[in-house]
Amino acid sequence: MAIHIVDRRLNPGSKSLENRQRFLRRAKALVQGAVKKTSQDRDIKDVLEGGEVAIPMDGMEEPRFRREGGTRDMVLPGNKKFVEGDYLPRPSQSGGKGSGAGEGDSEDAFRFVLSRDEFVDLFLDDLELPDLAKRKLAETEHEGLQRAGYATSGSPANISVSRTVSRALARRVALRRPRQEDIDALEAELAECDDEKRRTEIRAQLEALKAKFKRIPFIDPIDIRYRRFETVPKPVAQAVMFCLMDVSGSMSEHMKDLAKRFYMLLYVFLKRRYKHVEIVFIRHTDRAEEVDEDTFFHGPASGGTLVSSALVAMTDILRTRFRPADWNIYAAQASDGDNMTSDSALTGQLLTEKILPVCQFFAYLEVGEAANYTFDMPDSSLWTLYERLRNDGAPLSMRKVSERGEIFPVFQDLFKKRGAQERVA
Amino acid sequence: MAGLLFEGADWDFHTLQRVHDACEEIARKELGLDVYPNQIEVITAEQMLDAYSSVGMPLFYKHWSFGKQFAFQEASYRKGLMGLAYEIVINSSPCISYLMEENTATMQTLVIAHAAFGHNHFFKNNYLFKQWTDADGILDYLEFAKGYIMACEERHGRLAVERTLDAAHALMSHGIDRYPGKKTLDLRAEEKRAGDRRRHEEAAFNDLWRTVPTTKTKNTTTLSAERRRALLGLPQENILRFLEKTAPRLHPWQREIIRIVRHIAQYFYPQGQTKVMNEGTATYVHYRIMSRLHQQGQISDGNFLEFLGSHTNVVFQPEFDDRRWSGFNPYALGFAMMQDIERIVTNPEQEDREWFPDIAGKGDVEGVLRDIWANYRDESFIGQFLSPALIRRFRLFHLHDNPADTNGIKVDAIHDERGYRRVRRELSRQYDVGFIDANIEVVDVDLAGDRRLMLRHSTVKGSQLNETDARRVLQHLADLWTYDVALTEVDGDKVLKEYVVSPRTAAVAA
Repeated sequence: MAIHIVDRRLNPGSKSLENRQRFLRRAKALVQGAVKKTSQDRDIKDVLEGGEVAIPMDGMEEPRFRREGGTRDMVLPGNKKFVEGDYLPRPSQSGGKGSGAGEGDSEDAFRFVLSRDEFVDLFLDDLELPDLAKRKLAETEHEGLQRAGYATSGSPANISVSRTVSRALARRVALRRPRQEDIDALEAELAECDDEKRRTEIRAQLEALKAKFKRIPFIDPIDIRYRRFETVPKPVAQAVMFCLMDVSGSMSEHMKDLAKRFYMLLYVFLKRRYKHVEIVFIRHTDRAEEVDEDTFFHGPASGGTLVSSALVAMTDILRTRFRPADWNIYAAQASDGDNMTSDSALTGQLLTEKILPVCQFFAYLEVGEAANYTFDMPDSSLWTLYERLRNDGAPLSMRKVSERGEIFPVFQDLFKKRGAQERVA
Repeated sequence: MAGLLFEGADWDFHTLQRVHDACEEIARKELGLDVYPNQIEVITAEQMLDAYSSVGMPLFYKHWSFGKQFAFQEASYRKGLMGLAYEIVINSSPCISYLMEENTATMQTLVIAHAAFGHNHFFKNNYLFKQWTDADGILDYLEFAKGYIMACEERHGRLAVERTLDAAHALMSHGIDRYPGKKTLDLRAEEKRAGDRRRHEEAAFNDLWRTVPTTKTKNTTTLSAERRRALLGLPQENILRFLEKTAPRLHPWQREIIRIVRHIAQYFYPQGQTKVMNEGTATYVHYRIMSRLHQQGQISDGNFLEFLGSHTNVVFQPEFDDRRWSGFNPYALGFAMMQDIERIVTNPEQEDREWFPDIAGKGDVEGVLRDIWANYRDESFIGQFLSPALIRRFRLFHLHDNPADTNGIKVDAIHDERGYRRVRRELSRQYDVGFIDANIEVVDVDLAGDRRLMLRHSTVKGSQLNETDARRVLQHLADLWTYDVALTEVDGDKVLKEYVVSPRTAAVAA
């Protein structure tokens, strides 16, 4: 009987993608909540990884008529010691061993894995980014062309002459195409030869050679090879991101969370533009130190506030590890705005002379309590200082935020700048 | 003696062809199997996951619940909680078997013997499948269903279609005809019917008619209650069919979607009733074929050992107090029963002659088994052919748990002379669809009054519906019906519980 064997492995995969997207759309609010929770617990660098999330099954249940309770009869295998009429104690929980399957009850959390893209998408959604920005962030990085061997088809401009000619040569040799010299030699011989018999012989030979010469072209269309190009993501230069934060007692958890989201967003953004992104965490009170991420956000610290200390630390690190010629330098500072008045002059000087000239972008984020409306926040000493610098023409992005949604506008300058660059390029 | 079909673990498409031919030789000549033409498809693990989440079918309409299923399964697969099946087989003609590319050559042989011959024969010959499924038409029908639902989404919006499907899915288990009707199923005609329905609507549409005053409708109250119910086909246990035919305010496309869901539920109806037999048949067939191949020297000793390893895993039955216990393994029970029948037919004890006078010692194993495969389902199969020897081997016992009994759970019967019949009857009842699904019927519609739809759940052994889920399902039902829906749970004449659910304001139907 006829049997068909079909290889389906090459069929486009992820047939379930559409269903999966429908599911995510339906569970959007729930998944978003889960992503928000997960991203709070994550390190900045991990924000771009996908991952497992758990959501409650609220609104996602698929109800069926199910029966429960009543008299139950069951037949089981593996009797060892029971005889008819024995009584067994009931298991303590009322549910019994019958239920307990994975996704039956509506209270159970539903766990599944989000891909990297899905996660970032939802994360960006959660930051309440405007659509335009989302598109910019989500778009893939610049693609460059790279030579990738040869192809049998292509545009005439891409014909690889040397490859084509050498293939043609190989073909001509393989098919024994008569050489022009041989024909010439024979013709010369014919001209000189008097022997009639020999002449006929040579003529026949010549004819055969010429026919073959005609049949086998010098260059056949099958010889032609085109240079093939592949688009590859262009390796862009590396970037370093400085996270500066005031960790004195006046910074609350909410403020730190805002700051963290701000850093995450900057990281996501940089990650899209640069292959390699380093992060340096500098926290400061009245003195600054470079710390790891965990200490940065969660380590206890106390003391006064000297912003210049952080800037000094940053210039030191810049000088020793990140030469501005090799690195794109981004800096983001978060603070509640307190600073010693006597420190202002030094801070201003460091910024304008040492830091701003080498930075691509310097953002200052003044974080406030959730309850405060930003326009109610009185200008802090740091804010006043930075505003003065900006009015003098220093390239500073600054923003006061007390809610997550307000974080994004800080980046607007960044996007604008990028747009201008693209137009130039 | 034929040579080896393959060596080592590697295979290519020629190997599959050879393996199929060798299996076919044994399946036809020795076992006398009668199968649909085979189509073997090689797929990747990812595609297998895809297939899992669309109930194993090669194509299916889109719905979020399949995505949920997929997300869940993908997560457990990635964590290593779940392995994937070696194969999926589809009851269609040609019979499609999906083989995983990771399988070794031995596994592919096993899987071809199991699916392409075992399951295939069962699909083609078992009376339930013959009665309820249309193997020739199913793939075309699914194609039509997929296209139809997609077209509906375009015409009527995704949300409306999704709501209708949600509701229909909730009632899927009650969208099945349990008794064959006059007409046999012809899925190929379905597509044409849907098209006709729409064309008729378009042709018959005449806006002027709306403005013509109608004559007073006949007074329907003169119809007796009996007559009215008979006209509506009540009582009706197929709730989806009832909705499709009589729900007052559904759009035609919603009726068609309900019909699609109903047909698909019906298609899977036999599979639920024949798990033990189907797997038992397939496992028995692959065991016979593999053993014969080995005997004929077509499979090497090493590969045969590999086969025995996975075969043993497949037919492993944990005992009730084992941590791995999660109910009867249909492969284990089915295979054990098939082998037991083989023993009874060829080499019966005195006991077997008493219990199975019809088949004991009859000698024709294949003939007896083919007859059983064709004419039984799990419930009747176990009820007839579970032998005392097998009850002893599995050490089966029957527990009776009456909540009113304070002593605890009673051991009602064990594997002894007094218990065999009771154990067998109870086990067979566990596989009886009549007991597995709640018995819910549409009993009446208050046509003269508020059009309330009335349903009745006749409880068995005091088990009632889970309230949360019942309310949710009834909510879906009310949304489709667009008027109140009432469900009473009764035990004989005694009313145990009543539900009344009103349709949501943003109901499915307009």
